[in-house]
Amino acid sequence: MAETINKEKAPLKEKKPLFEFGKKERKLITDPLNDDNPITVQVLGICSALAVTTLVYPSFVMTIAVIFVCAFSNLFTSLLRSYIPKAVRMIVQLVIIATLVTIVELTLKAVNYTVYKQLSVFIGLIITNCIVMGRLEAFAMANKPWRSFLDGIGNGLGYGAILLLVGIVREIFGKGTLFAGSPFGTLKFIGASPDYLINTAATSGFDSWFGWYQNNGLMVISASAMFIIAVLIWAQRAWNTKLIDVS
Amino acid sequence: MTVVVAFILAGMQTVLKPIHELNAAVYNKKSVLLSISDEFDKSIDAMTVQEVQDIFDNKIEEIVVDANGNIVEGESAEEVLLEVELKKPKAEQHYPVYIYNKDDGSKLYIVSVRGQGLWDAIWGNIALQQDLETIAGVSFDHAGETPGLGAEIKDNPAFPEQFEGKEIYNDEGEYTAVQVVKGIIRQPSHQVEGISGATITSDGVTKMLYNGLQNYEPYFESIQK
Repeated sequence: MAETINKEKAPLKEKKPLFEFGKKERKLITDPLNDDNPITVQVLGICSALAVTTLVYPSFVMTIAVIFVCAFSNLFTSLLRSYIPKAVRMIVQLVIIATLVTIVELTLKAVNYTVYKQLSVFIGLIITNCIVMGRLEAFAMANKPWRSFLDGIGNGLGYGAILLLVGIVREIFGKGTLFAGSPFGTLKFIGASPDYLINTAATSGFDSWFGWYQNNGLMVISASAMFIIAVLIWAQRAWNTKLIDVS
Repeated sequence: MTVVVAFILAGMQTVLKPIHELNAAVYNKKSVLLSISDEFDKSIDAMTVQEVQDIFDNKIEEIVVDANGNIVEGESAEEVLLEVELKKPKAEQHYPVYIYNKDDGSKLYIVSVRGQGLWDAIWGNIALQQDLETIAGVSFDHAGETPGLGAEIKDNPAFPEQFEGKEIYNDEGEYTAVQVVKGIIRQPSHQVEGISGATITSDGVTKMLYNGLQNYEPYFESIQK
């Protein structure tokens, strides 16, 4: 992969090193994590954030998929940007995104069928994820390939960070586990069995402390993700006051 | 560009197709095994592809029966899609049966059922004891029930567990199947508790079990003779 990038990039580049990583480039990665977060600030990609976050592991896989699609679609669009006629640019972008998403889908189907089933249509729906297209239009069409690639990774990470946060809250309170179904094993938190960290059916002297918790059904349905994202937006703005829109 | 893209995708699809098909087959086999999960020490989810194949090769007999209870030769149970079969006229329908041979020589009959939930299709596998009256275990799956409500038929292990030991005929020998009911259970051997907030899915399960098991009745009768 890296070799082909080098070859195709050579004519576009002049004096600067190919893969410069200075202050500006670092900002491309860190900005989407906070000041320019795709979910909490730009409010894009909400649909999939509500749908896939019942368990952490599928959210994690989704994050990887979005980072991959975002980064490489940015890269390819940026490489082709001077050859794309303005009138048909959307179609060209769509071909790039759709190809990458199909690659992700085919790979996931072969590697982990269970997660493929859990994510169902939402892998395919990355094609319509506003974050991907938004970044192509706003960034990749006007910037050099390397920086576009970083911008794609940054935005994928920003999306993934929120996805994982929401997923962690929903899985712990909704199912009492963490990373259920993942190859690195399941951590169990709140439930009525000795396997759980907080055993809500404990027969010891702690009965009165740990007999009360029932898995929260609200956390399992998608409406809860809306509340959690809203709380995150509020918390982020309380801490990062320059995001508050005074108008 | 389109040509390049087409070649890449077509190539990937061709290379990965056998793996996809294997994965899908194992997924279906696992859902059959889930209905008799008590027979295994290991959790079904944790089984490897090889282990699942071994069980199917050595312990499970697959047959296909028609609506009159006759065994159909030359068809494999895994290739019978209930979704397609149930749309045919009753006389032409074929149903899959998996027979699990236990170590002690007795058999478990696993049959497949399919019905309608609230949003989309629901389906399941029902394992019956050798007497063909008592349920040994069930597993359900669904295409799109609400997580936390209807989806509990699959996600909450307590729901399918309730079915173990229920009988599908009443004391007079009449066919009743098993009902999913709200509130008080009046006939503990034929009824299980529904899921609150998922009445339509629960009713769907009742209906699916009643219709689905009825399709197999002629076959059950032919074995018992």
